[in-house]
Amino acid sequence: MTISEREFWTVLHGMVFGTIFLLAFSGGFAGLWSLNPELTKVAGIKERIKRLLIGMWTMAIMAWLTVFSGTYIIYPWYRDPDPSSSRSLLLANAATKAWHTFGMEWKEHVGWFAPILATAAAFIVTYYGASLAEKDRLRKAVLVLFTTAFAASAVAGLFGALLNKVAPIR
Amino acid sequence: MNARTDFTKTDGVAAAAVLASAIGVFITGSLTTLAETSQLLTTALTWSGAVGPLIGKTGVGVIVWLIVWSILHAIWRGREVNFSAIYTVSLILIALGWLLAFPPVFKAFSG
Repeated sequence: MTISEREFWTVLHGMVFGTIFLLAFSGGFAGLWSLNPELTKVAGIKERIKRLLIGMWTMAIMAWLTVFSGTYIIYPWYRDPDPSSSRSLLLANAATKAWHTFGMEWKEHVGWFAPILATAAAFIVTYYGASLAEKDRLRKAVLVLFTTAFAASAVAGLFGALLNKVAPIR
Repeated sequence: MNARTDFTKTDGVAAAAVLASAIGVFITGSLTTLAETSQLLTTALTWSGAVGPLIGKTGVGVIVWLIVWSILHAIWRGREVNFSAIYTVSLILIALGWLLAFPPVFKAFSG
């Protein structure tokens, strides 16, 4: 039972960082949604903020780790000019060309939106803390940033998983 | 990580973070489309042969985001700003960033 260096990094990038990212998003979203005086008492909000901060910063850090490992470690293997690289194999066949020209090219750019937006959302929650519960407009803005970061990751993650099925990096 | 509980904080810090992140997204999207129109720009953004122009497109986006954020944070910290207007502009910039990073759109500008 062996795993190559490239397979190891692909699993780390997509499954380990990606799974932790998804878990952190779920916790962060639920925490932000319920950070509302109508739903939670003040004592509950203060207690909830600590978990919310952990979830949001975990998501932001995972997003950075995912794009850095994807762009600087895995992507050069993917786009290697060698005819056996994933990119070369996809482009060599008209039936698979769009996996690169649409799927990979969307994924590689939009994925970078996630850490930028997630970091901004995490920073706002850190700065305002429990007072965010009283600032409904800000809380909703953070929810939108956070969800948009997730959407960017979802696009990147979905195409990453599909591309790894069609033309795995070995 | 200590949760702050100051209920008197102004909106300026949040506005700076939201707008700067939107500008970062917009710049990354814009460079994705602009690189399709200019070989010179593509070459300039190729800071690494192994990664190609992606490193420059995203690198410039991140650098601009951090610079703009630090400037806006310094200017708006402690100030009440028109958050609704800034938030609306930010949403438009984020939507444009997504649009300009969408392959059918940026490939339409391909030379």
